[in-house]
Amino acid sequence: MKYDMIICGVGGQGVLSVAAIIASAAMKEGLNVKQSEVHGMSQRGGAVYANLRLSDAPIYSDLIADGTASMILSMEPLESLRYLHYLKEDGFLITSENPEKNIPDYPDLDELLTRIRSLPNALTIDARKLALEAGSGRATNMVLAGAASHFLPIKAQSMEDFIKEIFARKGEKIVDINLKAFALGRKVGEQLLK
Amino acid sequence: MSEMVLLGDEAVAMGAIHAGLTAAYAYPGTPSTEIMEFLIRYAQKNKKPLAQWCANEKTAYEDALGVSFTGKRALVSMKHVGLNVAADPFMNSAIVNIHGGLVVVVADDPGMHSSQNEQDSRYFADFARIVCLEPTNQQQAYEMTKEAFDISERYHIPVMIRLVTRLAHSRAVVHVDDVQRQENPLQKVPNPNSWILLPSNAKKQWHELLEIQKELLRYSQESPHNTLELNADFTDYGVVTTGLGLNYYLENLPELKHRPSHLHISAYPIPVEKLRTLAKQVKKLIILEEGYPFVERFIRGILPLPIEIQGKLSGHVPVEGELTPDNIRPALGLKKRERKGVVHFNLPNRPPQLCPGCPHADTFASLKKAMAEFQKTMVTSDIGCYTLGALPPYNAIESTVNMGASVGMAKGAADAGFYPVVAVIGDSTFLHSGVTPLMDAVAHNTNMTLIILDNETVGMTGGQPTVLPDSRLKNVVLGLGVEPAHVHVVTTHRKYIDQNAQIILDEVKYNGLSVIIAVRECVETAKRHKKEQKKA
Repeated sequence: MKYDMIICGVGGQGVLSVAAIIASAAMKEGLNVKQSEVHGMSQRGGAVYANLRLSDAPIYSDLIADGTASMILSMEPLESLRYLHYLKEDGFLITSENPEKNIPDYPDLDELLTRIRSLPNALTIDARKLALEAGSGRATNMVLAGAASHFLPIKAQSMEDFIKEIFARKGEKIVDINLKAFALGRKVGEQLLK
Repeated sequence: MSEMVLLGDEAVAMGAIHAGLTAAYAYPGTPSTEIMEFLIRYAQKNKKPLAQWCANEKTAYEDALGVSFTGKRALVSMKHVGLNVAADPFMNSAIVNIHGGLVVVVADDPGMHSSQNEQDSRYFADFARIVCLEPTNQQQAYEMTKEAFDISERYHIPVMIRLVTRLAHSRAVVHVDDVQRQENPLQKVPNPNSWILLPSNAKKQWHELLEIQKELLRYSQESPHNTLELNADFTDYGVVTTGLGLNYYLENLPELKHRPSHLHISAYPIPVEKLRTLAKQVKKLIILEEGYPFVERFIRGILPLPIEIQGKLSGHVPVEGELTPDNIRPALGLKKRERKGVVHFNLPNRPPQLCPGCPHADTFASLKKAMAEFQKTMVTSDIGCYTLGALPPYNAIESTVNMGASVGMAKGAADAGFYPVVAVIGDSTFLHSGVTPLMDAVAHNTNMTLIILDNETVGMTGGQPTVLPDSRLKNVVLGLGVEPAHVHVVTTHRKYIDQNAQIILDEVKYNGLSVIIAVRECVETAKRHKKEQKKA
């Protein structure tokens, strides 16, 4: 078993938190994991992505090869297309519909979402709305993690355990918000199962 | 053995701790920063080792040398261009008789993710005639760092660990020891002559360093890090990998029809005999190196060879940027992996940018306003978040070369007769390498204006503390002898853009040296400090 995924977004959107939760859960389940991240300059509002590789066999490369990723999980619609060359033909693309318009030439959103939805196995989610429903817009990334959870080679329960662990120091309320966001995202993700 | 999830950087730090490290020194620089951040966090919990940020890489290196002199083990870490700053102590530390193990970790940035060049530190290790170890994964980063201290003490040389971005910033499980080696006793160098590099001593030391080259070669020749696997049944070609080239090769290996003979080099000096053994077996060598074509150039030399070599210099592997699992495929005779049915969409780039509310943006607004008074202007700048002032909408700066260069370049331009000239530098970069060129400007009362963008932190690398409290910057400037009437400390903020522009304009018009310190804390560290206060 080998599962490669790209997690992407814009600096500050919680890309690394999602990567950390999936990676930790996978390790807990006994898988080999490599998680390559972008630090430094790009984190200042630039395009950010993590390569996450899970396998029951040894993993050599920290980077994913073209056309071999099983999933692109994006915190932002424009960014979801930036790494498309990594995706397998039957790979899944899950992205938030909510744009981060911190550049002057951001494309037309309707056109952008139409293009994304035209891909096979693509799902766009109004993740911000669901995060607000859960109690905070900042939990958008957990909505997306929840939607992705159906397809990962790990149990949703393991991911929930690490959501609890990671947010524990921020208090019970924050843990609940993130767990609720995860659950709402998981519900939306069911669409792709059909 | 226990398991830890570590970045490559953190694995190095953990290896050093388990090797009985006494002290570590560094200046922040991507992708090396997390080594010191890990050591500082560890030291806060465990009281040891000593882990300190320094003014710059040179001072960090010299601190580490002093530790070695006393017999204790020291680590100094930096990014590749940091080694240029530390080159003087580095090169000469190879000549002295290193006493307590001294390990210098250099994180290269092929692909220039966060750097101004992609220099390959293996050249520096070769230049200094020392051992360089190059891990290919997090586990090796841990093991090799431990070993590096032993090698350093065995041969009395500093040992380099060379990392690259993709390993420094990638996480994996590392199996670590449960026991930690004791620190060395405090016992200084028995014969200080080996450290007093007067020409008479230095000649002797240099001779000794040249003498032990044979032993270093034997070490690398026998090192299990340099693995040679021969396949006598397939002689069409053999493969040489270095660094992460190994990982990308192994990813592609299942697709090769035959398993070629293969040498992986992870310990330098280059294991010459192993290379010769491989070359004897095959008709062609394919070389996959992360970084410059360092091994490839050695093998090629300048005379015709009896064997064909394919690598970066022949154009079979890209000579620019980093290796990937994909861009080495043509060299291995494999087809490009292609994904069918990709939707083409015009994707605008999303470059990094100053955070909303960043104090630098307000200073740039004041600067632009002041400079609008002149037809031709020159603004030199430096390394840090404010380098982003080169991009729209600011377009406020015209140079970024190396740490501290803004100050000296402004002086040079003014010396050449250009007016008006303004240099823009961050607070930490000023303390790193801006003070000495300012001394030159003071000595000649150069007609230039220096603006120190004081956001009270090392911003770009993640908000480390500056080496001195920023409140002392004014005294540093005054202490150098800048005229007090032409030293201003101002608060930079949207509401003061006009009044700060006037101060800049007045000082630019003053015929002599002036310094303006524009102060406001970085929005990111301010947020963090507020949170920490709330907790307390």
